[in-house]
Amino acid sequence: MLRHVGFGLIILGVFALNGKAPSEARAADTRVAEVSGERAAALTYLVRQDCGSCHGMTLRGGLGRPLLPDALAGAEVGAVAEVILEGIPGTPMPPWRGLLSEAEALWIARALKEGRIE
Amino acid sequence: MKSLTAALAILLLGFCAELQAAELRGTGDLGIVIERASGSLQVIDVTQRRALGRVQGLGDLSHASAVFSPDQRYAFVFGRDGGLTKVDLLTQSIVKRVVQAGNSIGGAISDDGRLVAVSNYEPGGVRVFDSDTLAPVADIPASYGAKGALSKTVGLVDAPGRRFVFTLYDAGEIWIADFSRGGDPVITKFEDVGALPYDALITGDGRHYIAGLFGEDGLARLDLWAAAPKVERLLDGYGRGEEKLPVYKMPHLEGWALAGKRFMLPAVGRHEILVVDADTFQEVGRVPVHGQPIFAVARPDGRQVWVNFAHPLNDTVQVIDVPSQKIVHEFKPGPTVLHLEFTPRGHEVWISVRDSDKVEVYDTRTFEKLAELPMAKPSGIFFAARAQRIGL
Repeated sequence: MLRHVGFGLIILGVFALNGKAPSEARAADTRVAEVSGERAAALTYLVRQDCGSCHGMTLRGGLGRPLLPDALAGAEVGAVAEVILEGIPGTPMPPWRGLLSEAEALWIARALKEGRIE
Repeated sequence: MKSLTAALAILLLGFCAELQAAELRGTGDLGIVIERASGSLQVIDVTQRRALGRVQGLGDLSHASAVFSPDQRYAFVFGRDGGLTKVDLLTQSIVKRVVQAGNSIGGAISDDGRLVAVSNYEPGGVRVFDSDTLAPVADIPASYGAKGALSKTVGLVDAPGRRFVFTLYDAGEIWIADFSRGGDPVITKFEDVGALPYDALITGDGRHYIAGLFGEDGLARLDLWAAAPKVERLLDGYGRGEEKLPVYKMPHLEGWALAGKRFMLPAVGRHEILVVDADTFQEVGRVPVHGQPIFAVARPDGRQVWVNFAHPLNDTVQVIDVPSQKIVHEFKPGPTVLHLEFTPRGHEVWISVRDSDKVEVYDTRTFEKLAELPMAKPSGIFFAARAQRIGL
């Protein structure tokens, strides 16, 4: 996690150049996901501890589905961010809009898909 | 001379350790605090308000709970990763550990103390073990529908008569597994209990099993004393069609409160505690509270109910005075208050505060803080006194 704290501004394009996320680089979503290093650490903590209350602290699933890269392989970053922000009506997945910004949701979606929250 | 002193010191230390191990003591006022992020727990002395020692190697404890043997010496700890661990409170060590499934959510111990049951998400169902050896006794896959899909199971409790009762989250069913005849359990199923039952409880007398519904406003109740038990709806449509507030953490029903002649339970998607008459099961009031309630736990005498809350309002605890249904005290231990446990007679309450890595102990009459114990990311607090109570 500390690796990412030092990252400072994190921009989608950086990841693409990084060679870390080739598939996402092709994705239609080009919105910028900027969060500070401090906020990245806080978001990582939030995902593990609070999303973890349904999805498991290790993200292997619980009442909610697993959130490991394999489980999210079929979904684009933008779609995952959408679920985070809007929730899934009729299920316990709540909308996080209001608590998380769009950039933060995108950052979380990308971090989940790349397996950087563990 | 130096080496002689050292040798003596070592001898003395060894002697002291031996003395300590041989010290006679009861375990009735011991308990455990789960350290959710490190796969460990601490054994605590509730009377002395101190930690006795840490036990490690319990796997993923991110949603862990525990039950106790009837002699109150052993804790059976249910981990998220399917781990079932038997811990000796006296020696603060692991007696036996099995990983019995891939993903689990709590368990129960039978009234005779012989069987330990675990509720599993993966594979969905309940597995039952011998409490002495943790050897498997029964496997109850929660299969439902024409295709026999497996449902996640929740709300597993013990019921009098060597029975376990649990709820199928995906299927919307309640099952009773009766082990009273020995051998394979007799399973009784109740279908269509309501949408997305997320947790359940059994009342302290072992009579009513009540499942909370996430998918609709209401609860499902099963009267286990009835000659032919059937599921009845409780508080049907308590939201009156109003839009629900987002629920950032599922409420828990286990600690729900029978306070005098009233139940107090967390509403879902509403910042309210619902007050229900314990005889008629009709709603008799609501108490507006700080946020989405998670636990609403009655002090054992029933005079107060203490409530904690879901993210992002999880830094606060409120205390409801039951006779007046008013909030008489509010305080902020800080983020994130995960659990609270009363001493058996209710004079003190222990509260886990995850983000500040401590457990706090309060006087329930003066609300004065009596102690703070350092713990790593503490979550569930379980006192051995639970061994003597149905459904815990």
